Amino acid sequence: MLTLENLVLTQDEFRLTADWKVQAGERVALIGPSGAGKSTLLMALAGFFAPAAGSILWQGADLAEVAPGDRPLTILFQDQNLFPHLTLAQNLGLGLSPTLRLTQAQTTQIETALLRVGLAGMQARKPGQLSGGQQGRAALARALLRARPVLLLDEPFAALGPALKAEMLELLDEVATATGAAVLMVTHDPNDAKHFADKTVLVADGVAQAPVATAELFADPPPALHDYLG
Amino acid sequence: MVAARADSFALAPADLQALRFTLLQASLSAAVSSLLAIPVARALFRRRFPLRGALISLLAAPFVLPVVVAVMGLLTVFGRGGPINTGLAWFGLPEVSIFGLHGIVLANVFFNLPLATRMLLHGWQAIPAERFRLAQSLGLPPSAQFRHLEAPMLRARLPGIFAVILLICLASFAIALMLGGGPKASTLELAIYQSLRFEFDLGRAALLAAVQFALCAAITLAAARLTLPQGFGAGLSRHLQISAPNGWRRALDIIAVIVAAVFLFAPLLAVVIKGLPGLTTLPNGLWPAALRSVSVAIVSAVLATSAALILANGAAHSKSRMIELAAMLPLAASSLVLGTGLFLLVRPFIAPENLALAITILVNATLTLPYLFRLLLPEARQLQADYGRLTESLGLPRRTILRFVTLPRLARPLGYGAGLAAALSMGDLGVIALFAGDGGATLPLFVQHLIGAYRLQQAAAAALILVALSFVLFWAFDRLGSHYADA
Repeated sequence: MLTLENLVLTQDEFRLTADWKVQAGERVALIGPSGAGKSTLLMALAGFFAPAAGSILWQGADLAEVAPGDRPLTILFQDQNLFPHLTLAQNLGLGLSPTLRLTQAQTTQIETALLRVGLAGMQARKPGQLSGGQQGRAALARALLRARPVLLLDEPFAALGPALKAEMLELLDEVATATGAAVLMVTHDPNDAKHFADKTVLVADGVAQAPVATAELFADPPPALHDYLG
Repeated sequence: MVAARADSFALAPADLQALRFTLLQASLSAAVSSLLAIPVARALFRRRFPLRGALISLLAAPFVLPVVVAVMGLLTVFGRGGPINTGLAWFGLPEVSIFGLHGIVLANVFFNLPLATRMLLHGWQAIPAERFRLAQSLGLPPSAQFRHLEAPMLRARLPGIFAVILLICLASFAIALMLGGGPKASTLELAIYQSLRFEFDLGRAALLAAVQFALCAAITLAAARLTLPQGFGAGLSRHLQISAPNGWRRALDIIAVIVAAVFLFAPLLAVVIKGLPGLTTLPNGLWPAALRSVSVAIVSAVLATSAALILANGAAHSKSRMIELAAMLPLAASSLVLGTGLFLLVRPFIAPENLALAITILVNATLTLPYLFRLLLPEARQLQADYGRLTESLGLPRRTILRFVTLPRLARPLGYGAGLAAALSMGDLGVIALFAGDGGATLPLFVQHLIGAYRLQQAAAAALILVALSFVLFWAFDRLGSHYADA
């Protein structure tokens, strides 16, 4: 269980509070206007932004002193999720063995992961030779290999077309199911939330509201969400 | 040590004149070098022509060229009886002297224009190709591309480049020795040398060294404020074909490349022509000296590059500027100042010639460190900005980051930097002259001894071998870097 306890994030004029929990395996969308602090909240969870107050707990243990790489989570950034000079096999390998000394079993794991995300046989390719969708798939394959209990996504599919995005969300669903991970996904698109997430967090007016059932939230949107949806 | 030996703190009028002249020649040289480098670097960046790669590699040659050899080349071309003055005489124009201020500036520009060009070219190449593609797809005219992409890069890089060249020129001892002289064209370093060698006035030498050090330290401190981080974002290192503008811009680029090439290679050619006949009768002791030089160069290059990488990485990660200051500090010291200090330091305990090579390695590594650091810092910062979060989120250990991220991403500047360090060390004639005993000479010192003995043909031939070895070392390191970057 991921707990945000009286969490306060501040940066210059910006201020965001959050006080809620995410259960294992839950799918949560974070939605709200630009600049509301969705990404900042994700960065705080991932360990790249120190909270001004409050704490982030995993299974009751405070994560404040835990380095980003040791947190029980995988994050997909908006971009730069792959090293452009490394092959896909190496990029994925970094998720398994930080020293990239791969055993035969791990190499097989990488091949399997690539197969599962539809990139079979592309181990030797470099990210520059892939399309945007394929890069997203590769990043998801690494998340699959890392198999951390929480998966954070900072709009990694925002640049993809509707069909491709639907495909990626499906893949994301598969990956999350396979690893049993709780998913927190920042999105601009209400449809992403409706299709993918059981629950939605509304981030607006300096507060990240506790997650509520997505269907209920959109059936009767609060004023802030109403304004956002237009 | 140097400060402790300075008994009096009053500068004689001649010393003040030397101080003024030092500043004048250095700032003129640095300004001319950095400004002329802009059109040349841009032409090299956006044009593709035969031998372009070779020209870029050869741009390192004058900087790599041992000063003694380069000045010989410049004297041949620009000196009395050289093609320039012969041409002027042909048109009935008065002879131009290469001695004095303009000669010193000419030599400094000869050495530093290529350095500035290479540094700017790295700057241009560090702008992701995707930005140019975006600008061109938006139909931005060349002037707008310049304003939005190139000008910010220039603003970020030029002050640092200017400062580095300024410091090099402040300590360009050998150039001033050969092309300056007389009370009107004497630099501080020249004055130090003269008071040590001819007047045995240790107090005055120490005072002048202290002034030289303070001057360079002040400029180093000012320069440390000059590198600004660049926010171009990351590209995917795609190989993109960028089309370059035509018309007068094309003509300008062609002229820039040709003029620069002729200016830089005519003196080199002159040295080759002079030295080639002597290659058949090489003097004894040349090869052992060459071996000593190559060993010194390789060890000090590896030492300096490793240290610079560690410091640049550290500076890229921390907000404090202390590391930057520490890495730039050696700029404040010249080979002569460091050498004099070390000489005075070790002499009471051990015969200096026993430590000659070790101290040469150490001093050369120390003196090249700031250049390598400056070269690596922007790239290390960019790397941290682009991939710092990703490496952290993956929890990669330091060794993995070094091996799979830092070294491959920085391979190009690292290779170039190591090549630069090796070549500089190879051609250095500062410390070794103070320390070497009989039979312990490095190749530049060996050449200088030949010149001193008026065996000019042999000197030119040995110089040619020195140049060839320096260049091979530089090329090998640079190539190694490019190879890893492309892999």
